[in-house]
Order: sequence, then structure tokens, then C-alpha cells
Amino acid sequence: MSAHKTVPGITRASTQAMIDRALDAYPEKGRAKRAPHLTPNDPDAQSPCVKSNRKTVPGVMSARGCAYAGAKGVVWGPIGDMIHVSHGPVGCGWYSWGTRRNLVSGKNGVSSFAMHFTSDFQEKDIVYGGDKKLSVLLKEAKELFPLAKGVSVLSECPVGLIGDDINATTKRMAQELDMPIIPCNCEGFRGVSQSLGHHLSNDSIRDYVIETREFHQAGPYDIALIGDYNIGGDVWAVKPLLEECGFNVKATWTGDGRLEEIAATHQVKLAVIHCYRSMNYMARVMEEKYSIPWLEVNFFGPTKIKQSLRKLAERFDDTIKQKVEAAIAKYDPEMQKVIEVYRPRLEGKKVMLYVGGLRPRHTVGAYEDLGMVVVGTGYEFAHNDDYERTAPEMPEATVIYDDASEYELEKFVHELKPDLVGSGIKEKYVFQKMGVPFRQMHSWDYSGPYHAYKGFPIFARDIDMAINSPTWKFVRAPF
Amino acid sequence: MANEHGFKIKPVTPISPEEEARVAAWIDTAEYREKNFARQALVINPAHACQPLGAHLCAAGFEGTLPFVHGSQGCASYYRSTLSRHFREPAPAVSDAMTEDGAVFGGQNNLHEGLENCVALYKPKMIAVFTSCMPEVIGDDLTTFIKNARSKGHLPADLPTPFANTPSFNGSHVHGYDSMLMAILQTLTEGKAMEGRCTGKLNFIAGFDANTGNYREYKRIFGEFGIPYTFLADISETFDSPNDGIYRTYPGGTPLVEAADSINGKATLTVAPYATSKTFTWIKEQYSGVHVSMPMPMGIAKTDAFLMKLAELYERPVPASLKAERGRAVDAMTDAQQYMHGKRFAVYGDPDMLPGYVSFLLEMGAVPVHILCSKGSKKLERELQGLLDSSPFGNDGKCYMNRDLWHLRSLLKTEPVDAMIGDTHGKFAARDAKIPLFRFGFPIFDRVNLHRRPIIGYQGTINMLTEICNRFIDILDDTCDDRHFEMMR
Repeated sequence: MSAHKTVPGITRASTQAMIDRALDAYPEKGRAKRAPHLTPNDPDAQSPCVKSNRKTVPGVMSARGCAYAGAKGVVWGPIGDMIHVSHGPVGCGWYSWGTRRNLVSGKNGVSSFAMHFTSDFQEKDIVYGGDKKLSVLLKEAKELFPLAKGVSVLSECPVGLIGDDINATTKRMAQELDMPIIPCNCEGFRGVSQSLGHHLSNDSIRDYVIETREFHQAGPYDIALIGDYNIGGDVWAVKPLLEECGFNVKATWTGDGRLEEIAATHQVKLAVIHCYRSMNYMARVMEEKYSIPWLEVNFFGPTKIKQSLRKLAERFDDTIKQKVEAAIAKYDPEMQKVIEVYRPRLEGKKVMLYVGGLRPRHTVGAYEDLGMVVVGTGYEFAHNDDYERTAPEMPEATVIYDDASEYELEKFVHELKPDLVGSGIKEKYVFQKMGVPFRQMHSWDYSGPYHAYKGFPIFARDIDMAINSPTWKFVRAPF
Repeated sequence: MANEHGFKIKPVTPISPEEEARVAAWIDTAEYREKNFARQALVINPAHACQPLGAHLCAAGFEGTLPFVHGSQGCASYYRSTLSRHFREPAPAVSDAMTEDGAVFGGQNNLHEGLENCVALYKPKMIAVFTSCMPEVIGDDLTTFIKNARSKGHLPADLPTPFANTPSFNGSHVHGYDSMLMAILQTLTEGKAMEGRCTGKLNFIAGFDANTGNYREYKRIFGEFGIPYTFLADISETFDSPNDGIYRTYPGGTPLVEAADSINGKATLTVAPYATSKTFTWIKEQYSGVHVSMPMPMGIAKTDAFLMKLAELYERPVPASLKAERGRAVDAMTDAQQYMHGKRFAVYGDPDMLPGYVSFLLEMGAVPVHILCSKGSKKLERELQGLLDSSPFGNDGKCYMNRDLWHLRSLLKTEPVDAMIGDTHGKFAARDAKIPLFRFGFPIFDRVNLHRRPIIGYQGTINMLTEICNRFIDILDDTCDDRHFEMMR
């Protein structure tokens, strides 16, 4: 066994005992279903350490979303110059309206559309079907928003259940209106989590978008940034860095994305993948169909940024290599100064993470840059390949949880007593009521960007602010 | 050239700044407004959510109650996130995570497994089941499912488990609130009506009110009167719990025993005629005592009516302390009237909020101009028109029922006003119109602690007018030239 990171007091036996105690309260069937999703980490494991991408156990209080959430909220929503129609009742689109922080450029309602468009299904639409309403709605959208580059039609649960044919309707209307209208059958009951919504959206991009546009010029350093959703401006931190390194970032998927640039991405030389989970499908399609290689990178924290930039440079010539080294030489000392400020305040602090996508593994290095140790991590909607990539990043024997219930997280936090929990809005106040500092790690807690050299100082400041806020010391009354 | 799908490949063409400027100017025009108001199918930026959200809020108002979503798990996550963003508090709820096989076989197995797990893990005193789209479309029979759950041992025999059908393709969050409240009260009060018994208490219902400060204010008013009360669906502790280092799944709510005995109350008063219309009809048939449904007490006149009704119900005078409070509120109004008089407003929000906003504005000599409800009714329109007709400041007011915030944007651009009252979702329209937005509605995602300051009663009136007047003064200070930047305002 190679030398792994360890955490004093955490052994496989202690972690397994903690897991067993958390499982104690479950009825037998529930326990049997949940047990394979919880394990002490084995950094050397050749196979995925936990079971994943299985149905959520009913009644346990899962944090998961649905396929629609993955399609609208994650993949489609960030494309700013399109209209995204939440096709079905009013709620889904209302809940996902402006709540992910995927920032967009452009003028709202004119050239970008971070709004809530819905067919607002009523009882009669359930009875008679919504295809006709959809046709009318698309015409109205085209008339009122003439600069929209296209429309996505994202099905909510009832659409699939009543047997509407949005594919036929959108095909007909795309011809009639002469604009891309893209159907995505992402009803929330499909699959087990938002992950299927990512996959279905990737399939829609494959079937309706890619290779429908061409760039005016092509060059040897053309790349696409894939799986960065511009949360709190992440893309605006990464793109300039890549440009400084000599790359032409021709398209961003899908943060601050533009439909036509995404449609012409088959012309780039390399797909740079940040969120593997939500976008690996199209990366593979483009590799097979257009021979575009892809490379996974990590833009959290100076250690991983440096490694990622060098990995990128390896694929290109000396021009790029020199620029990459120059960028590292320029920014790394700045990052070391940030570390000098915050590391003494954060050294040895323990973090527990429970997020989605790439963050449960990708942010580990950034915490370690600040001298912190991640003592537990897990994903809402990961697959085997995510856990394979996670095991080596995490210290030996730390707890790994898949689709954790709130009950389990509460138990783990009680036992591990982390100094910080990084998870979502639904978890935030549970742990803050316990007096445990917390940062929302889906939305950057209304801060950001956290990516790249621009983001790390903000990340460091936010983590310090959360943990070292003087407010926590008043949680327990002196009387 | 065409790709294999037969789509024509076109060059990437960015939107030019000229085109963007042209369309940006066009969407502000009267011509655009006409096209916008001609929409038949497309809804843009509606100011209402779906039924189950209201059911969740209502369920959270009862002691030890676990909200349980029968449907897809993503629905539950959306309601929880929304409530947590607004209150900045935990909003626990479980779902039974129905998936494709549920569409084929129905959701009974999911419901049973879910009930068993949530009872073991979260030990609720009551489970409030409500539905999202899927079971409503496929026609799940919850009466039978829950009966079967008990007979098969998935659910303890004595654990109250009310359920409400809350289809999202009908009504809005306020209707879901209504259905859930009725189901909970029906379940808890079953067999509890006792001939001749009177608790002496006032049953009070606030409706879909997501301002915990309002709840505390109502209680304070009852305290001043010395009126014993049962606050039905009391979310004030649930969504405003102390941070003392201990997380409690159920930090508050109406005690179930009290709710059960509410059927024997002295009187039942709802200040949410629209969010509790179904429940109130049922209460009139079932509950003992007097039944009153009246508007939310916002502004002076509606608060006066509210207090006089309490005085009438309990045959005692309005306490001197509240009379003095009224005087202070009126003093605050007369002191501040010059900063609001003649200011023109757009208001939008839930049906129970709108009459309160309009009444308050008219009292201040402000002018409600655009009054919009994205899930309104003829009845609401009549009520609002009646208020407008009652005051010379109401002459310019026009009601827009079942219009959305994109319609409102057109109104703001073609008939400008000075300010808006609503919820966070209006901030984009307010920014485009370059006017302030006062966040008195639900949800508030972008300001802290506003749900803690009451907007009902005399104190609420002071709070609203203080916020509004000082904001207008801030704007003056921020925008005036140096010569007009003065010490006094």
C-alpha cells in the first residue's frame, strides 16, 4: 500500500462502526438498501467503493432532485441566448428560476433569457393534451423575443404521462418558425436523480444541436470549456486564464453559453472537461464522431490548477507550454500569499462535504491548500466512475456516502464534529442550528467565483469567514 | 452543406449591439405591450408557485408533523429549497420517490415503504401527505393506500396521517395550503366534537403567510386582549427557531391536542379568505361557535376592523395599549405622509395580500396604479375594485387578473410608477423600470430577516411606511446634486 493521507483517530473500524450506528434506526429493508451506499474510504480500491445511481429509498429525506432539474437547472438553463420552456405545470420552472446562480451575459429579455417560461398546464391540458398549446406558445415566444437563438422544450412529469408528443410538435414548429427548437424528454419521474436529466440533455445536444453551426475561423489552439456552469461567474474566472495561456475558448458548455457556439464545438481541438458527471456523454460523442480528445481538469485551488494547466500544455506545442509556465509563475506567488494569510487560521480544520457533480472530489485539493482536511464526502447523484475518481483524493478510511439521507448526515456530523460542512441549501440551516459553520457548495453561498486563480482568494476568504466568524461563539447562552 | 440529421449548417452569428439596442427599445413600447397582452399560451415570470408548496408550509405549522410528498423526489427538494431560501431555516420533508415503475403500477409500494422509513428515522407525531403531479395524473387512491398501510403494519394505527390532493396543474400554492389545512383539521378533529363543550378559545388561521413576524404580532395582539387562542398552522417557531446549538426536526407548530379540540372553540377567525376558502366552508359546517372570515389586517382600517371583531367576539373593549399603538401608527403616518403622498405604485402577489397593500397605500395618499395577481379571480377583482372606488386615490388603479410579471414589465414601461410592492421575483422588472421594490410578499430570496418584521397590525403599518418613506429619501440622497444634498429631509 502506498502512503496515503490519514486522519488521526479515523480508522476503517471506527468509520464502519459510525456507519453501523447511523443505520441502526432504519427498518430492516431500508437498512439493507442503504448499507451499500456508505463505506470507509479505501484509496487503493480498484472498484467503486459504494453502490451508486440507484433508486432513492422512499421516506428517508434524500437531497436529490429529478431529471427535469438536471436538464433545466444544470445543462440547458445556463445557455443564456435561448428560451427554456418548462413544459407542464407552473411549479418546476418557478422553483428553478434564478436559483442556481448560473450567471449570463446579455440583456435580460432581449438577448438573454434568465426568466421563467412555462406552458402553465391546467386541468384541461392534462385531459386534452398540451401539444397544441405548445405550438401556440412557440409562436408567441418567437414573436416577443426575436433575438432568441433557439428554444428548449423541457418536459415536466405530466407531459410524459399523458402521452404528448413534444418531439413531433417541436420538429414541425422548428421548420415553421425557422429556428432551433429542441425537445428534451426530461420528466422528473425518469431515472433516479438529476443525473439522467444531464444525460438526456447531452443526447438532445447530440441529436439537435452539434454540427449545425460553424465558426468563421479555426485555429490550432481552439478549445471548448465543458462542464463549467458559471456559478457566481466561474467561467469568467477560467476563460481569461485559458486565453492568457494561449487558448481560444470557442465555446463554454454551458455556463454563459451561446447556442450557436455550442453547435459549432465539433470544430475545436480539445474538450476541456470540468464537470465530468454532467457532460462526459457529449465529450465521448465528440471523441468518437469528430475525434476531439477530452481532458479532465480541476480549477479549484492553486495545486490542482497548476497540475491541470500543465496537463493541458502537454497536449500542445511550446508556445502554449511557455505561456502556461508564465501564467503559473505569475499567479502562483499570489496564491501563496493568500495561503499565508488564511492557512494559519484554518490549519487542521475538518470539513465534511455533501454535494453533486464534481465538487465532492474536485474541491478536496483546495481545502488541502488551506491546510484543512476533508473527513467525509459524498454525492447526491454520482455513478461508479465518480467514486473511482474520488477514492484516491480522500484520506484513508474517511467516510464516503452516496445519496445520503439527512438522518445519516446528521449522525455523521454529530460524531465527526467537523469545523465546516459544505453542502446545499436544504442542509445549511440544519447544521447551522447545531452551531456548525456551513457554506453552500452548489451556489457558492451567493459568493464566487471559486474557480481558477481569480476564484481561490474568494474561496479562501469565504471559508475563513464561515469558520472564524465571531457569531458562532454566541450560539450557547452563558446562562 | 448539411450534417447527417439534415440540418443546414450555418455560420455562428452573434447578436449585434445594434440589433440588441433596437429590440431593447422595442420591448418598452406600447406596441410591444399590445403583443405581450395578446399572449394566449405562453406564461412568462408568473408570480405564483404550485399547490404542494402551500401544503408543505401548512403542514410545517403543526406539532411534530412531517410533510410527506407522494410523488417524485425532485418535487420535495424544490419545496424544501424554496422554503429554506426564504426563511433561512431548515425545511424538512420526505418524499416517496416515485419513478417510472410508479407510473405503471401506481405509487402504493413507494408510499408504504416511505411511511415505514420516515416513521423510524424522524419519529413524527403526524405525517401530512400531499401529492405532486405524477400520482395526480395516474390517479392514485390515497384513501385506500393509507388504509392499506395501516392494515399491513407500515403505519402505526394511532399516527394521524391526513392527506391532501394537491395537483400542480390546478390553482396555486394558496390552494394547496387550503387543501392541506382542511385535511389536517378533518383528521385531527374527527370524533372530537362534544355537544355543549366550549374551549373558550379563538381558533385563528393566518393562511399562506410566510412572515413569522406576523404570527408573533397576532399572538401579541391576542395577549393584549387576554384572548385565549389556538393558532392553527402556526409556523412561527418552525421557521424562526432559536440557534442554541441543537437542531430540532420539529421546533414548533400548533399542538395536535389543541388542534383537535379546536372544533369546540368559541370562535374561528381566518384572515385568509382566499387561502382558506374551502377550509372555512367546512369549518362553518363542523365547528361550534362563531365563524369569521375577513381580510388580512394591513393598514389602519383593516386593523381597526380586525380589533373590533376581536372585541365583539370576546365582548370586551379594545385594550388601551392597542388604542395607544393605533395612535402611534397614525402619528407615524401623519409624520411621514409627505414622503408617500401621490407616489404611484405597482403591486402584485397572493390574493390575500393584495387588498392589504391597496388599502394601506390609499390610506397614505399613495396611488395604486397596477394591481396584478397571476392567479386571481373575479371575486378578488371585485374586492380590489371596491377598495379603489372607495378613495379618490384609487381613480388611477387598474386590476390585472391572471397576468404575469412580464405583463407587469410592459405596464411599468408604458405607464411608469414610482415603486413596486411584491416579492423577490419582481426585482428584474423593478430594475428595468429603475424603481424600488418593497419586499412584503413571498418569497424573499435576496434580503435578510425581512420575514421577521411584521407587516400586519399597527406595528406592521409603521414598519411598511417606514421602509417605503426612508427608501424614497435614500433615493433622493443618492441621486440629488451636491447643492441639494441637505442635512434635513
